[in-house]
Amino acid sequence: MTCTEFLKILDDVIDESIAAETRVEIETHLKKCGHCEVVLNTTRKTIEIYRCHEIYELPVEVNERLHASIMERCRRVR
Amino acid sequence: MSTIQTIAGQNEQHPDVALVEKVRGGDLAAYDTLVRKYERQIFRIAQHITQNREDAEDVTQDAFLKAYEKLDQFQGNSKFYTWLVRIAVNESLMRLRKRRTGKTVSMDEDVQTEEGSVPRDFADWAPNPEQNYSQAELAEILKKTIQGLPPGFRVVFVLRDVDGLSTEETAETLGLSVPAVKSRLLRARLQLRERLTRYFRRRTPAAHANPSSPQANTTSPAQRQPHGTEK
Repeated sequence: MTCTEFLKILDDVIDESIAAETRVEIETHLKKCGHCEVVLNTTRKTIEIYRCHEIYELPVEVNERLHASIMERCRRVR
Repeated sequence: MSTIQTIAGQNEQHPDVALVEKVRGGDLAAYDTLVRKYERQIFRIAQHITQNREDAEDVTQDAFLKAYEKLDQFQGNSKFYTWLVRIAVNESLMRLRKRRTGKTVSMDEDVQTEEGSVPRDFADWAPNPEQNYSQAELAEILKKTIQGLPPGFRVVFVLRDVDGLSTEETAETLGLSVPAVKSRLLRARLQLRERLTRYFRRRTPAAHANPSSPQANTTSPAQRQPHGTEK
């Protein structure tokens, strides 16, 4: 497996939708290619960080105002 | 099966189906439950696309109102949530267009760029790199980094990786093909990874002396070589 081939299936590796036979090829490639290993690990970490950290917080009072406004508008169109 | 939605392979209804049926029967309290359940997620998606808090609030309101008014058009062959997200994405793109005074804004904007489609920086990250920053600093880094992506990449990443929709649901929601979603997702992930490396790389002792200046961190030529070389 080449780096280009690995990169093509990087998403499938991250999403764990890889056939068993390809998995062996990937493991063999990663053992000898530090760059691809770093790309895989840091891409996984990128996703994890964005998933775990809410960057656009909706404060409770804004949330409540927004919610009340939505329901009021729905009530009016009934 | 008309409006009855089932989870594939099971005879079990998605919990939203019963709520939607109640709303159709005139039960506004059931809609209140649906709004509560999804308002934060819809707000987050709108904010990611519009990059503007005021617009995101307006989009959230408009999307829920439109969904309520058009509930009869919801066929139940997709999840209520993905149907709602589709409305919110369209509303967000309209807002973005207004802000840019009529300039066309679509899902296809800027997706032709080749930037970031090939990794160039192979510096490894520090263990738990997010712990080197305060919550506020980290939020700023993550915002700044994702804001740099074209809207068409940003929204795919948010729906697929942050919101947890499947590739098929993301494609359906955005009106894209599955290969188009996969291609954008890969490039979005790689671009974000590349940009975050500036902040999260394993620091050398010299670079550590000035942690507030990620650009000051030097990268060795070996770390910077292009990634096209076959091994």
